[in-house]
Amino acid sequence: MKILVCLSCVPDTTSKINFKDNDKFFDEQGVQFVINPNDEFGLTRAIWLKEKIGATVDVLHVGEASADPTLRKALAIGADKAIRIDTPATDAFVVADQISDFIQSNPYNLIIAGRESIDYNGSMVPGMIAANCDLAFVNNCVKLEIDGSSASCTREMDGGMEVLSADLPLIIGSQKGLVEETDLRIPNMRGIMQARQKPFEVVPAKESSPKTAISSFEKPAPKAAVKLVPADNIDQLIDLLQNEAKVL
Amino acid sequence: MSILLFAESQQGKLKKGSYELCSYGFALAQQQNTSLTIVTINCEETDQLAQYGASKLINLKAKVGYFEANTYASALVDIAKSEQSKIIVISSSADAKYMGGILAGKLQAGYVTNVVELPSTSEPLTVKHSVFSNKAFANTTLTGKIHIIGLANNVLEETTQSSSTTVEQQDTQVAIKCTQSSVEQIQGKATIADADVVVSGGRGLKGPENWGLIEDLADVLGAATACSKPVSDMGWRPHSEHVGQTGKPVATNLYIAVGISGAIQHIAGVNASKVKVVINTDPEAPFFKAADYGIVGDAFEVLPKLTEKLKARS
Ligand SMILES: Cc1cc2nc3c(=O)[nH]c(=O)nc-3n(C[C@H](O)[C@H](O)[C@H](O)COP(=O)(O)OP(=O)(O)OC[C@H]3O[C@@H](n4cnc5c(N)ncnc54)[C@H](O)[C@@H]3O)c2cc1C
Ligand SMILES: Nc1ncnc2c1ncn2[C@@H]1O[C@H](COP(=O)(O)O)[C@@H](O)[C@H]1O
Repeated sequence: MKILVCLSCVPDTTSKINFKDNDKFFDEQGVQFVINPNDEFGLTRAIWLKEKIGATVDVLHVGEASADPTLRKALAIGADKAIRIDTPATDAFVVADQISDFIQSNPYNLIIAGRESIDYNGSMVPGMIAANCDLAFVNNCVKLEIDGSSASCTREMDGGMEVLSADLPLIIGSQKGLVEETDLRIPNMRGIMQARQKPFEVVPAKESSPKTAISSFEKPAPKAAVKLVPADNIDQLIDLLQNEAKVL
Repeated sequence: MSILLFAESQQGKLKKGSYELCSYGFALAQQQNTSLTIVTINCEETDQLAQYGASKLINLKAKVGYFEANTYASALVDIAKSEQSKIIVISSSADAKYMGGILAGKLQAGYVTNVVELPSTSEPLTVKHSVFSNKAFANTTLTGKIHIIGLANNVLEETTQSSSTTVEQQDTQVAIKCTQSSVEQIQGKATIADADVVVSGGRGLKGPENWGLIEDLADVLGAATACSKPVSDMGWRPHSEHVGQTGKPVATNLYIAVGISGAIQHIAGVNASKVKVVINTDPEAPFFKAADYGIVGDAFEVLPKLTEKLKARS
């Protein structure tokens, strides 16, 4: 079985978000980039499938060389090959277009992407790939079992879960639950050494034009200070929620 | 050329967010000097949608009884083509986000999710949407031929119109890609996505045996229950209750956080809620900086009293 994991590189969750040049661009200064958490759950599941049922795991990123250390980390925790499509990830449409083009000439049985990347929170790329390549797609996937050429996936919905079955090739949107937090792997020395020997391909991008363009960023308005209510005056809290905030 | 809006239903019943979405759709149609077409699929409450000023309301009968994203997207593509729609409006529910990417791919459309306002410019269309897990907003211009707007939850008031719309029934049949083999739907309880109030507990509650305190408060408020990440990692509560940046997003009217310190990843996922109340023993807990109201106090004392008083009130 061949598995492809699509990785986006995002600011570490504790990053302070700042903008530059009149709020036109995201300021990367001092920001540490990591594998998007939703993708890391998917990658871990892929490595687990490799160990359990036998598979090769490739990781793919659309973007510039600054993401290479993140791809190397993926190799160090068990992926077999890294591929970077060398073009700025201008918008979700371009990213999906590049990935779709790649998998059409390099077919995979299972494609794993995250349910959303935590930077632009788009939640768009996997569905677009599914449409472009006419693949079955299960989003918010919290359980995945492969049996021969078919898959059983559990999807978390608003207010419930459903189990879906689909034939491979399949694309999923992964999130926590697919593996537990404690299953995530940290690269060890051996893994890091091995990663240096693994194939790392940088492939040219195809022509593709974006359908959206960010013109500027804004920060939310600063918040008024919290109103503290003494612990022995619950009535006051209820009164405030009812008459001031009007939420009761 | 009309604006096409997809109003979601579940088991025939309209989802709560659909009313807000339709209000947005009408305002958008007015702003863009065009009309609104609402599409529902397998909906049994179309009457309620007739009051949102749409010039057309199409209720599709799909053979598939569950939300099959590919089927739904294909059905909307057909309608978008026949209506020649340039702008399509959907919600930000888990289902809508599941379908949205497929729809955008099939239509080769530009797509923006978590949109919080009406477009600020029309030619080209520019929309404001939240990014970086609610830490910022971006203004994005849609440069393609077809645009999809994914409206964030709970960002505007509902407004109905006086004229009413007639409903057209249509059939649809598209290839199914994923077959549902079982489903588990929480019955009769508010869900994190739909509830007006969410009561959430953190590690400060000490153990799963104390969750009755959270559930009792949620019960009097008709609220959904949620938790911080460590609480679900430790198995005190199911993963589906984990909220925050890597959990479910919360955008409710009232979010009550009990025994939650307010780590940046937690706040990122719940900050879109309108009013936040924090109950924590530690006056230095970071959550107080993001809260509207707070009580510095022990959850084990404050919660029973709060629940009691709210019960007496109702
Ligand atoms: C990549 C990444 C992603 C993450 N994503 C998320 C996420 O999506 N959601 C999330 O929640 N976290 C997330 N986290 C974890 C986050 O950093 C915090 O560790 C977590 O939110 C802390 O949970 P907590 O507030 O329940 O526990 P703690 O931080 O231990 O806080 C417990 C609080 O309870 C208070 N307390 C103690 N006793 C009482 C009492 N009797 N009455 C009242 N208050 C009391 C304490 O003063 C303290 O403030 C993420 C972390 C990482 C690294
Ligand atoms: N530049 C990228 N390169 C590779 N995969 C990506 C990229 N951007 C997004 N993805 C994948 O698509 C998922 C959803 O991203 P998004 O649609 O941006 O929220 C991510 O979790 C990744 O798996």
